[in-house]
Amino acid sequence: MDWSAAIFRWIHFLAGVMWIGLLYYFNFVSAPASAQATAAGEAGPISKYITPLALVYFRWAAVVTWLAGAALLGTNPYGPNGFISAFTFHGAYVLIGFGAWLGTIMLFNVWVLIWPNQKKILGFVPATDPEKAKARRVAFLASRTNTMLSIPMLFFMGSAHFATLFSR
Amino acid sequence: MKNPLDSLWGTVISGVILTIILFFVARAIYPHATIGG
Repeated sequence: MDWSAAIFRWIHFLAGVMWIGLLYYFNFVSAPASAQATAAGEAGPISKYITPLALVYFRWAAVVTWLAGAALLGTNPYGPNGFISAFTFHGAYVLIGFGAWLGTIMLFNVWVLIWPNQKKILGFVPATDPEKAKARRVAFLASRTNTMLSIPMLFFMGSAHFATLFSR
Repeated sequence: MKNPLDSLWGTVISGVILTIILFFVARAIYPHATIGG
């Protein structure tokens, strides 16, 4: 019995639920609620206490999800290079390859676009008002892009269970 | 033209459309031979 695959898959699911759950929290709950709170002059506690902590779990859950997924591909019994096969759309790894690429683009967005700009917005690094305004727009669009990409990403992550849909 | 990502519904609809497009791309390149079988 291959315990490593079961454990990597479990970790992948746990961290993935936290990552995408927080992504949906930011987009469906926090952003519209924060806009209302800002208009009411009551946004302080959200940006001071809630968003920074949510971002800690968000960005590290993204890393754990990706690493556990990569490790899971590596344990695939059908070939020694599951990771490479997925990212090169090789053979039976085509479908999970789409999920792997989408997840990787999303991880990039988290660490290269969302987090550095959130640091400016939340005041963790110094930024002028125009820089903060630009950072807010970039972080917003990157977060919305990830929400959009999560829809096909989750479709392809589960694709092994309905591979017959892809028969011609 | 308004950016669809500026609205939540635009984001969700864009994701569904992207899923449909990628589904047909994946179907075109899927090898039609199951692993191990």
